[in-house]
Amino acid sequence: MPYALCFLLFTIGLYCVVVKKNLVKIVIGLAVMEYAVNLFLIMLGWRTGGTAPIIDKTYIEPGTTGKILDSFINTSVDPLPQALVLTSIVISLGSLALIISICIRIYEKYGTFDITEIRRLRG
Amino acid sequence: MTRLLPAFVAIPLVMAFVLPIFGKKGKSTATVLANLATVTLLILAIASIGKSGVYEVGNWSIRVGIILVLDGLSSLLLLAISVVSAAAMLFSARYMEQYTAKAKYLSLFMLMVAGMNGLVLSGDIFNLFVFLEIASLASYALVGFGCEHEELEASFKYMVLGSIASTFILFGIALVYGNTASLNMACVSKAIQSSGLNPGLAFALALFIVGFGLKAALVPFHAWLPDAHPSAPAPISAMLSGILIKTLGVYALARVVFNVFGVSVQIGWLLVALGVLSMVAGAFLAIGQWDFKRLLAYSSISQIGYVVLGIGLGAILIAEKANPAWASLAILGGLFHLVNHSVYKSLLFLTSGSVEMSTGTRQLKQLGGLAGRMPVTRTACTIASASIAGVPPFSGFWSKLILVIAAVQAHFYWIAAIIVFVSLCTLIMYLKVQRHVFLGELPENLQQVKENRGPMLVAMIFLALLCVFMGLLVIVPSLRANILDPAVKVLTDGPKYWAPILKANMFATEGKIL
Repeated sequence: MPYALCFLLFTIGLYCVVVKKNLVKIVIGLAVMEYAVNLFLIMLGWRTGGTAPIIDKTYIEPGTTGKILDSFINTSVDPLPQALVLTSIVISLGSLALIISICIRIYEKYGTFDITEIRRLRG
Repeated sequence: MTRLLPAFVAIPLVMAFVLPIFGKKGKSTATVLANLATVTLLILAIASIGKSGVYEVGNWSIRVGIILVLDGLSSLLLLAISVVSAAAMLFSARYMEQYTAKAKYLSLFMLMVAGMNGLVLSGDIFNLFVFLEIASLASYALVGFGCEHEELEASFKYMVLGSIASTFILFGIALVYGNTASLNMACVSKAIQSSGLNPGLAFALALFIVGFGLKAALVPFHAWLPDAHPSAPAPISAMLSGILIKTLGVYALARVVFNVFGVSVQIGWLLVALGVLSMVAGAFLAIGQWDFKRLLAYSSISQIGYVVLGIGLGAILIAEKANPAWASLAILGGLFHLVNHSVYKSLLFLTSGSVEMSTGTRQLKQLGGLAGRMPVTRTACTIASASIAGVPPFSGFWSKLILVIAAVQAHFYWIAAIIVFVSLCTLIMYLKVQRHVFLGELPENLQQVKENRGPMLVAMIFLALLCVFMGLLVIVPSLRANILDPAVKVLTDGPKYWAPILKANMFATEGKIL
């Protein structure tokens, strides 16, 4: 069920990009799509009632050198998707900044945010 | 060689952040440094031919860390990237004087090269996405570099479609990770081979094909290319059309479909259909254009169709377990066409830049009779046109010949017929270019036009010579065995390709970690 809602969020974003006529709304649609994917990644590693994936001494099996307790492995959430989401958030921040600055320049040149009026290129 | 692998990413990346420091005053220093960097990369790429190896970033083992993999396909792509970027950088040394903020341009250029080099070397599917985004972001900014009406509009369009593609690819990566619990291509491919393709993975494959198809501008997804490529400055058009759509689109698609998921007959037919559609539609749209660079951009769509067609044909033959030699030949044709196209299309864009710089226009109807005024540009353009149209003995002829032979051998006669037909259309569109730009009467306002001098000519002559001699890559057996055959073998091996890499590296580090 949460996956279905996540996919719904993705399609809402895609719908917004395809249908909306305003540059800023298109950008918002792109952002919504990116959030949906980030949410999906986080949900992949999520475990109800899980612990944070941080190892300290109490999780190491006594008497061994660094063997981790099975109870930790079975309860902790997957840390890798969190690292991926962090990277992907940084990337989407960069692309969002770039696309918004392009929008501002377009507004300076054309005086409108409406894509039906910004049509010098065709064919 | 393995130790040098990070240099392919590190050199341009460091350069990208060093160059803007020079600012306005140190413009010439920055240009020289940037050229040195691209030439160094070219030398490294030539040195990497025929070698292979795995570099573990940060010395983490293959299961938990990120790896860089050098193989035949990567080194072929690295070679193409560095040839085109060296020529484009040399060309920009003079061409970009008309723009302000040259140091920023050089920095973005280097960032794009770093992204592409990293993409072809990456053996980790998420790392591939990160490098893809680096290259894409730099290219979005470069398309809008002129900051005029058209450029901004094209850049916005390109960026929206590019971002959708990136989101699709990231979604696909998330699905792959959810289903196989790994991001390393070798481990993912092993997991897929043992468990088969479940619905989640099939959806991921569909997302990858759409995402990379958007980046490669195959026909149903091509809307951004004819706007974006002509709007960029000429050397950047050369980079975008010449190499960016191939690394971000075709290479990544081939890597994911062949080496990670494994081919099937349906996927092969899908690729052939996309290829044929792109070839025919691109060629028809190109013939009707009157803007020099726009015509070249549509022709890029048509030519990228050839590459995808060759690879798709190979995929069908592998999946049907037909004669392996036929599959190899089809893929060889596709990959050789990829390299050829990157050389002659970037040359064509550079000549269009040279014409535009001298005359101030790129409308075919306003040009004419430049043959006497710009002899070198004219010769370069004619060689490139002959090459792209498939006139023997230039490079394009050989790759198209291989594709036709491969199609006939595998009894796909209609594909062979389409290849020849589109080749004729290509000839027509480039005859149109020759007729309207270089032949005919010289218009009144162009009487004073002069040929460009210096590095621009060197760059064009360099690529023109390559166009003439590239045919040797398939004719001379030793060159072919060193450069093209290893690349073909990577794709024909399919998912089995990773086995030696996994074996060599897993056992070495087993028990060290996890």
